[in-house]
Amino acid sequence: MVNYIWVFMTIIGLVFAAINGTMSEVNEAVFKGATEAVTLCIGLISVLVFWLGMMRIAETAGLLDKLSSLFRPFVTKLFPEVPAGHPAMGYILSNMMANMFGLGNAATPLGIKAMEELKRLNGGKDYASRSMITFLAINTSSITLIPTTVIAIRITYDSAAPTSIVGPTLMATCFSAVAAILIDRYFHYRRSRKG
Amino acid sequence: MQIISAVSLWFIPVLIGFILIYGTLKKVPTYETFVEGGKEGIKMAVSIIPFLVGMMVAISVFRASGALDYMMEYIRPIIEKAGIPAEVIPLAIIRPISGNAALGMTSDLISAHGPDSFIGILASTIQGSTDTTFYVLTVYFGAVGIKKMGDALKVGLLADLAGFAAAIIVVTILFG
Repeated sequence: MVNYIWVFMTIIGLVFAAINGTMSEVNEAVFKGATEAVTLCIGLISVLVFWLGMMRIAETAGLLDKLSSLFRPFVTKLFPEVPAGHPAMGYILSNMMANMFGLGNAATPLGIKAMEELKRLNGGKDYASRSMITFLAINTSSITLIPTTVIAIRITYDSAAPTSIVGPTLMATCFSAVAAILIDRYFHYRRSRKG
Repeated sequence: MQIISAVSLWFIPVLIGFILIYGTLKKVPTYETFVEGGKEGIKMAVSIIPFLVGMMVAISVFRASGALDYMMEYIRPIIEKAGIPAEVIPLAIIRPISGNAALGMTSDLISAHGPDSFIGILASTIQGSTDTTFYVLTVYFGAVGIKKMGDALKVGLLADLAGFAAAIIVVTILFG
């Protein structure tokens, strides 16, 4: 699926450039896109190193276990394939917490760690397991308490009430989180019927 | 509202302090443990590079060629019929693909229509209630070497659509 989308975007872009005469823009875009990606990854290093270091302390001290046992009933329902007390739970929960507070930077390393644990649970296979898809669905529609970046932009543009969007955003994300879980469940149901 | 901005200001420092004190009380060799965990971060960041380069080149080619604009022109009339303001359509389409482009568009809409206008509030809410599915997918699956994504992309994109719809409904009810 990703292979097709990837080729589709590139080829359609190239054909379009040929028709529209935007070849020079496309030439530029190839190198700009690549540079942007590398810059992004380099920028991620600092955040990844810091938060993974911090989380290793939290993990060794037993904080992640505490967190997962606190929310166990709720999360085991969402991730029936993850055994209680598995380290994946702790990472999934800390990732959700970071997302709630709009800390995208802190959320990414935790999300990757959660995926790593989920992959281990899946016997190290290279296809996405049920839990991984659920985790991804929750992640892309995560409940947001404080949309920090947007508030910052609104302040920049002299909003009279920069935080007025906190309520609507919370409502919208709650709705979409529920929708995401239902969509995920539906696809799982379809897969399991196919066998 | 003041409480919320105070929480977002204090959350990270308090979290760091708490982890360090708790670790020390539990007799964890904090500094060594931090360094060990941090090493993993470097490996992770480097392993994501090829995934992001591939994806971002495709996306920027698609955008620079004008194909994205063309596609939007086609979708626009359908969505306008549904009563959704045309101004936020490009944002909804770009949001799952490119976080930076979406942030640019949101700032653009806010500066053009005013942060407290209907469009400004709607754009802010859409930005805050959806996520860059392609990025999350590429980074999370890329870092741990998942090659077959199954239904993940479909589920993620539909979830984005749900977030978009929810933002429009909520903002229309509250501010419309």
